[in-house]
Amino acid sequence: MRIVCPFCGERELGEFTYLGDAKPQRPAADAGEDAVYDYVYLRDNIAGVMSEHWYHGGGCRAWLKVTRNTLTHEISAVEPAAGAGAAKVGA
Amino acid sequence: MKYSIFSLARAALSGHKNWKPTWRDAAPKDRYDVVIIGGGGHGLATAWFLASEFGIRNVAVLEKGWIGSGNAGRNTTIIRSNYGLPGNTGFYELSMKLWERMEQDLNYNAMVSQRGVINLYHSDAQRDAYARRGNTMRINGIDAELLDQAALKKMMPFLNFDHARFPVQGGLLQRRGGTARHDAVVWGYAHAASELGVDIIQNCEVTGFTRDANGKVTGVETSRGKIGAGKVGMAVAGSSSRVAAMAGLRLPIESHVLQAFVSEAIKPLLPNVMTFGAGHFYVSQSDKGGLVFGGDIDGYNSYAQRGNLPVVEDVCEGGMALIPMIGRVRLLRQWGGIMDMSMDGTPIIDKSPVDGLYINAGWCYGGFKATPGSGLVFAHLLARDESHKEAALFRLDRFQRGAMIDEKGQGAQPNLH
Repeated sequence: MRIVCPFCGERELGEFTYLGDAKPQRPAADAGEDAVYDYVYLRDNIAGVMSEHWYHGGGCRAWLKVTRNTLTHEISAVEPAAGAGAAKVGA
Repeated sequence: MKYSIFSLARAALSGHKNWKPTWRDAAPKDRYDVVIIGGGGHGLATAWFLASEFGIRNVAVLEKGWIGSGNAGRNTTIIRSNYGLPGNTGFYELSMKLWERMEQDLNYNAMVSQRGVINLYHSDAQRDAYARRGNTMRINGIDAELLDQAALKKMMPFLNFDHARFPVQGGLLQRRGGTARHDAVVWGYAHAASELGVDIIQNCEVTGFTRDANGKVTGVETSRGKIGAGKVGMAVAGSSSRVAAMAGLRLPIESHVLQAFVSEAIKPLLPNVMTFGAGHFYVSQSDKGGLVFGGDIDGYNSYAQRGNLPVVEDVCEGGMALIPMIGRVRLLRQWGGIMDMSMDGTPIIDKSPVDGLYINAGWCYGGFKATPGSGLVFAHLLARDESHKEAALFRLDRFQRGAMIDEKGQGAQPNLH
């Protein structure tokens, strides 16, 4: 598996760190315990195409949103993660 | 058939032409009291305990491939009970005790070998942490010995004791730990369960649940037709989220790939199972002579049953740091299995929120050693509708209650457990 970083180009997997599914959104502070439980602990654990957060610590140190198939490891898209510094100034 | 020295002699004298199949490959009936999804070690052990301990023999085990084709046939075969947290300590010792009598219970040679498990320490702080774990084990009636460097040098003179960064100072030894022949464990449970009337049904993939008007699970839909069930238990490891999703459930689990490795066969070298305390590397030597070893999971969600090269490199570096001479041994094979990584690194054995569906999941990469214990406590839950006392903390709602059992203290990040 290699990831084509939008800033650095194609790099080997060892440069990246995995966070997980990009779908869970931090609930509002007053959303209640169930919403927090859902966000922190429950996962769709998709078998198929999934959006994920990866960190390019061995390169540009940007957070990336990677679209990857968990059944085949095929990567179909890589973009700067929304809200991360690099995305704010434009890739 | 019953195996003994006489059956072996009889078969040998007749040219080994009259062996009967070890277990019965069954076709599905319309209905069972209990249907177990997953024909791995845990599912088959559950069926055997249901039949032998709890008198429930109208049981089917459904396997989408062939039995033992998942993680039961892909692990590094280590058995041990050196856990430190309440919940884990007692459960894994229950499992260890069942390993010690498994072959007699099942009338099957599972090649259980209590050759000892040593966790090496490389600093004073790590020694203290291991001493504490050893004490926890001993006050719970489990064997543990803290070895110093001199004792280790007698046992394994080839270790890299004077490593500049991670000198081997000593280790925590559990002599009763060791290995078992993983395929034989599967076949042994299949053999004994089948003898008691359990139907083992292969190439039977569950595609959905049938439910009544109240939402209670009444059976499963499979690639071989509908099968009715009084209760359904799932023991499907890396596929837990997929099966649970068919019942509308989301689990606190991510599926990750763990790789394992075996070297070419060499003469007897390692007397026991050993773990590197400064990296993640564990190794034993199989009876065929190959070094069987592994390390970290790859770290990303995967259902692919194969991993990537950075982990191969990392694991081999761990091995080289500990036993420099294994650099001259060639790697023979490497493969991957899909781990059901839970959010606190501890399994879930509980009723699900869906009536009639029971969950046995979240084994992370510790499932093999738990096989007999998991079977017993899951059968207990299915038969009596209440948790076995040694599994009473493995509840699904513990994340909501803040009652996690996080042996490594990593928090809700499955790829770190």
